[in-house]
Amino acid sequence: MKWDYAPAPESRDAAPLKPRYDLFIGGKFVAPTDGTVVSTVNPATEEVLAEVAFAGPGDVARAVEAARAAAAGWAALPALERGKYLFRIARLIQERSRELAIVETLDGGKPIRESRDVDVPLAAAHFFSYAGWADKLSYAFAGRAHEPRGVVGQVVPWNFPLLMAAWKLAPALATGNTAVLKPAETTPLTALILAEIIEEAGLPDGVVNIVAGDGSAGAALVRSDVDKVAFTGSTAVGKEIQRALAGTGRGLTLELGGKSANIVFEDAALDQAVEGIIEGIFFNQGHVCCAGSRLLLQESVAEEVVRKLWARMERLRVGDPLDKNTDVGAINSAEQLARINDLVAAGEREGATRRSVACELPEQGYWFAPTLFLDVAPANRIAVEEIFGPVVSVTTFRSPAEAVERANNSAYGLAAGVWTDNGAKAFEVASKLRAGVVWQNTYNKFDPTAAFGGFKESGFGREGGPAGLAPYVRFAS
Amino acid sequence: MSRAAVAKTYKLYLGGAFVRSESGRTDPIGGVNVPRGSRKDIRDAVKAARAAAPGWAKKTAYNRGQVLYRFAEALESRSDGSDEYGEAVDLLVHYAGWTDKLAAVMGGVNPVAAPFLSFSSPEPTGVVAVLAPDRPDVLGLIREVAPALAAGNTVVAVVSRSSPLRPLDLGEVAGVSDIPGGVLNLISGRLDELLTPLCGHRDVNAIVDATSDDSVAATVDELAAETVKRVSRPTPYTDSLTRLEPLVELKTAWHPVGT
Repeated sequence: MKWDYAPAPESRDAAPLKPRYDLFIGGKFVAPTDGTVVSTVNPATEEVLAEVAFAGPGDVARAVEAARAAAAGWAALPALERGKYLFRIARLIQERSRELAIVETLDGGKPIRESRDVDVPLAAAHFFSYAGWADKLSYAFAGRAHEPRGVVGQVVPWNFPLLMAAWKLAPALATGNTAVLKPAETTPLTALILAEIIEEAGLPDGVVNIVAGDGSAGAALVRSDVDKVAFTGSTAVGKEIQRALAGTGRGLTLELGGKSANIVFEDAALDQAVEGIIEGIFFNQGHVCCAGSRLLLQESVAEEVVRKLWARMERLRVGDPLDKNTDVGAINSAEQLARINDLVAAGEREGATRRSVACELPEQGYWFAPTLFLDVAPANRIAVEEIFGPVVSVTTFRSPAEAVERANNSAYGLAAGVWTDNGAKAFEVASKLRAGVVWQNTYNKFDPTAAFGGFKESGFGREGGPAGLAPYVRFAS
Repeated sequence: MSRAAVAKTYKLYLGGAFVRSESGRTDPIGGVNVPRGSRKDIRDAVKAARAAAPGWAKKTAYNRGQVLYRFAEALESRSDGSDEYGEAVDLLVHYAGWTDKLAAVMGGVNPVAAPFLSFSSPEPTGVVAVLAPDRPDVLGLIREVAPALAAGNTVVAVVSRSSPLRPLDLGEVAGVSDIPGGVLNLISGRLDELLTPLCGHRDVNAIVDATSDDSVAATVDELAAETVKRVSRPTPYTDSLTRLEPLVELKTAWHPVGT
């Protein structure tokens, strides 16, 4: 049966965009001296949203200098005072939450439901939680003598622009570092609104510098005179960065790609599991490093789960990201859409059976219908490579041991899901999975108090919780 | 007639066995022929370490502590009475006591803002490559190997290049210490030959570079980047928790609570 829904669009009035956003260096918004000004577009409509200044290498160097100049003063601030600035930022994010959610959705294409209920509240929560760590660091570090690293360079991806900025900045500032943050090429706007918030919060000049730019700005930042680099993005770029820092002694943490297994056992509550599968792979159009993109179904229930999953997929609402009822929004960029198309074509070529939801996609913008692959062989590209799109590949298994073996058969090790009503089995399987996060009977849950990060080629270091503080300090030795 | 001493043929400690280098090569060091480990020896050692990893990781922390303490006992009885041996024994005792404290110090329950039991706990990272310092030859090796083993990892260590004899003897101590075969592997040889096969090996998860050699650092880091290996560079003064941290992975598990 086809259901029609009345549109329920969020108003854009609550988020007036400026015509142009400049670089935020040394506490001021400044024009690029050797960078350029580019347009940022709404991936759902291809409409130009604003002009954004992109940093050139000289601009990046200026930002690092500003952070360097501010470092000693910020580190010397009493810890409670440092924390108070972070509390202010958390509060201002909450005050401007509606505006931030709308802009996040406009610039990135994700459903407003997600930016409103997940991205923005979690960003505020990270600042709030880490604010309280500022004066409790000696407890986090089990009594070890510690000092800030100094200036940190942080490069964040386009899938969670505001949230990733919060993940990176909050622990860096709490531990007494100053920062240069480079948001992603296609989604710079909310990080630049965060720069406005940081200005409004009255942080000392240069403590946080935010410079939009493309990959070359990121490359310039990680190769600059910073004391620590934190990167979230693809494994390929992460390896480049690790190589670029070889022998320099600079700190490095990497949050890289994933190809996470979502394992459903026959004794799981199947309807609940189906919701978890949907959440696992269609949250943020699958633009999630920990997306449950490899669905492993126990053979005895595989057909039933696929039937229920497909029925659920057909009811997903794909379209206007600003509509409050939209489940799946726009693909972030033309480039990303091309990558998804390429991998999906490879899946078909290699013999997997493709099923895509027959939804009407808007004519403008970048869209991809929720897609399921059956008859997938473990060596197929779609089962091995990160697609970063609304595409799930299904394979089956017979025993828990086989499920674990298949789940672990990956160069990645970021996350996994386990669905079973047997508690002992859930914890046993979780303990055997080589992944940094294991969700049991749930998926894609995040919290500032809970460590997040990968095993193997999904990167090293953790974000969240006390573990997220350690990479930002040097221990006396 | 004076008695002729039995000269010892020094061997690699690999997969719980004492073997000559597969290459058949030796280097004369201090009047003794020391096996010159090869690329193939490294591969064999990593294979043995990988095979031993699940069993060692699965042992209870209490059991791993007992085994490390037994290592300390065995080393004490072989001690030459020097400060170096004494310190090495004490370090083993120290790390024997770490095995069941790691989770309490590094992990815990995460007070998430939703009805879930969420907790983070450390797990071994897997196979650790140790590049031991040239000196002190015994203490320098124990200082890097003990934290890796305490955290539940298996180890392939390249021992002191300039004085490999006493470090190779540690294999005999380990062999009677209930450390399962393959958990600790000791290889002697030339760093320029062993660095690439060991640090570039896809099945090595972390590297402890204790050589204090800047010229080695860049090469090690570049090899590590191929598979995103964790690299740590402890100094003799690095505290034990800072040594342990790069050798574990924190796993966060979430489970719903209530309906």
